[in-house]
Amino acid sequence: MNQGQIFLAALLFLFIGCLSKGNPESEIKIKGSDTLLPVSQQFSELYLEKAPEIRISVVGGGSGVGIEALMQGTTNIAMSSRKLKIQEKIELEDLHKPWVELTVANDALAVIVHPENPIKKLTKEQLKSIFTGKIVNWKDLGGKDQKIVVYSRESSSGTFEFFKELILDGQDFASNTLMMSATGLLMQAISQTESSIAYVGLAYVNKSVSKVAVSFDSGETFVMPELATALNKTYPITRPLYFYYLKQDSARLSDFLTFIKSPEQQNEILKIGYLPAVSY
Amino acid sequence: MKKKSDTLVSILIRLSGFTSTFLVFAIVFFLFREGIVLFNKKPVTENYAVVVHSSNLLKKINSEELKGIYDGKIKNWKSLGLENQEIIPFSLRSFEKTGNEELAENLSTLPFLIDSIVRSTPGIIAVLPKKLLSNNAHLVEVKTISIGDFFLDKNWYPTSNPVQEYGALPIILGTLWVTFGAILFALPLGISVAIYLSEIARPSTRKIVKPLIELLAGIPSVVYGFFGLVVLVPMVKKMFELSVGETALTGSILLGIIALPTIITIAEDAINNVPGSIREASLALGATQWQTILRVVIPYASGGITAGTVLGIGRAVGETMAVLMVTGNAAVIPTTFLEPVRTLPATIAAELGEAPVGGAHYNALFMIGVVLFVLTLGINLSVDIISRRSSLKLKR
Repeated sequence: MNQGQIFLAALLFLFIGCLSKGNPESEIKIKGSDTLLPVSQQFSELYLEKAPEIRISVVGGGSGVGIEALMQGTTNIAMSSRKLKIQEKIELEDLHKPWVELTVANDALAVIVHPENPIKKLTKEQLKSIFTGKIVNWKDLGGKDQKIVVYSRESSSGTFEFFKELILDGQDFASNTLMMSATGLLMQAISQTESSIAYVGLAYVNKSVSKVAVSFDSGETFVMPELATALNKTYPITRPLYFYYLKQDSARLSDFLTFIKSPEQQNEILKIGYLPAVSY
Repeated sequence: MKKKSDTLVSILIRLSGFTSTFLVFAIVFFLFREGIVLFNKKPVTENYAVVVHSSNLLKKINSEELKGIYDGKIKNWKSLGLENQEIIPFSLRSFEKTGNEELAENLSTLPFLIDSIVRSTPGIIAVLPKKLLSNNAHLVEVKTISIGDFFLDKNWYPTSNPVQEYGALPIILGTLWVTFGAILFALPLGISVAIYLSEIARPSTRKIVKPLIELLAGIPSVVYGFFGLVVLVPMVKKMFELSVGETALTGSILLGIIALPTIITIAEDAINNVPGSIREASLALGATQWQTILRVVIPYASGGITAGTVLGIGRAVGETMAVLMVTGNAAVIPTTFLEPVRTLPATIAAELGEAPVGGAHYNALFMIGVVLFVLTLGINLSVDIISRRSSLKLKR
């Protein structure tokens, strides 16, 4: 056998190795929302300690990507930071794929500004005016005479959709909004731009930015975004995070899903900055 | 035996040549096919239709009117040439406002509910999934997205609900601004470095500097992008006392840096290829070294220098990650270099992930790809023309 033949044989073995992936029954594919990514990763790591024979793959890409994959049958569980749209429900119904919705965690969104910004609280109406471009100077909110620089996530983000629905009442962001493609970039931008404002998941907030207290009752009570205020439901900008899966899969997923919903696991996600799904 | 292997090799080479040519054509064909479909699509969500009350005479509506209605700018049917009646815009969101969310959850009763709402509201206009409409609903035809909408409209709101806007003008202009800025920055710098390397630098210096510059070309663009975000953005912000550092200028500088290695390498090669006899002739006539460089060497090598510049810029136009991270990506028409811009490749990169396959948004992103392709094709063709012209000059 010369070298070429050995090389070919090695290639062949590699190819065969790739084909025989093992039993698909023992594999769980999870795909979708980037917000849920850390949570799902933690769940699957802890679950693997308990059931090492199961293979779990967790992939991000955005809520819409996960739901699309669920329809196509390329994932078992779709992670989503928003509810199914009616159009998606219709499509799933057309495919004769009955589905199940499961709330696995909750997430609080924080409005953040640069640490040197004197503004520490805003009402929902003010937020809406800022993000739709009706208020353009911090002066109008009692701050410095500075142009407001609005940052947002890209439109592919589920967080973007949620913020748009809840704070902007479905209206469009101002066209001069600066769009960042990842939360990390957004945090970097806010920390180096004095007159900026943006929104991120509470788990991502660190010392380089400062949080803003918000009021949903036209300024009577302002609540700081903290795990504690989100837990006692006084902080208004929270949202449930979902797993969607098909009914036909429920038998083989049930062990994993019961594991996730167990009180010990739900407490674990508090440590990474998310809120438990059950009765918080 | 030798002949056999020769024919085998020639067949293999032909085959690979054929395959790659075929692949290129297939990709271009695919790009155009997916892009052109956009102009058959409607600016409302896929499988959605627009309905009005049966007494309404409205037959056709365009995206601008529809957008105006949902933004609250058009409030009366009179503005659309119909009878005097208030317009009541309706969409699935309206359920949430009225607290009927529970009802909206139930797919089986939803069509009846919608039917009764549409029947009882004379001024209504609604954008809804076709599946939820009854058979006798009074449908209004929505005009398809026109080429004018795509190239001239100023608003890029591809995920807006229920009416989307696909105006790529700010994005196309943003790309051109950033590219133009990159040329302004990279051309003088690149040519001076090339002249320095080939005419002035000592051979020992050159041996160190040239590989270093070529190393620049090997740095992944994400690394450039991160450098830009952390170093260039605050620098530009401070220097011009701006409120935002993510501007077209930042993008231009970064793209200029990315284009530099290509420009320098090719321009330097062109200058080195100037025959020694020509240089010596100029010096022999009494010209100084500077005069020789400016009046003889550069004009002689101009074809190569231009080709290098254009190729470098060609790379910069299609650059995605670096620009995505430093230009701010706001889809507004830029009036100065100190404003945020959104570029063509950044738009594709940021939005293709979530765009449903086959929808108008998906096709719009492919159309943006077509524009980008035509732009780079134009750049490459001009390289071809320039280098052909300069080789003609040499023959004379």
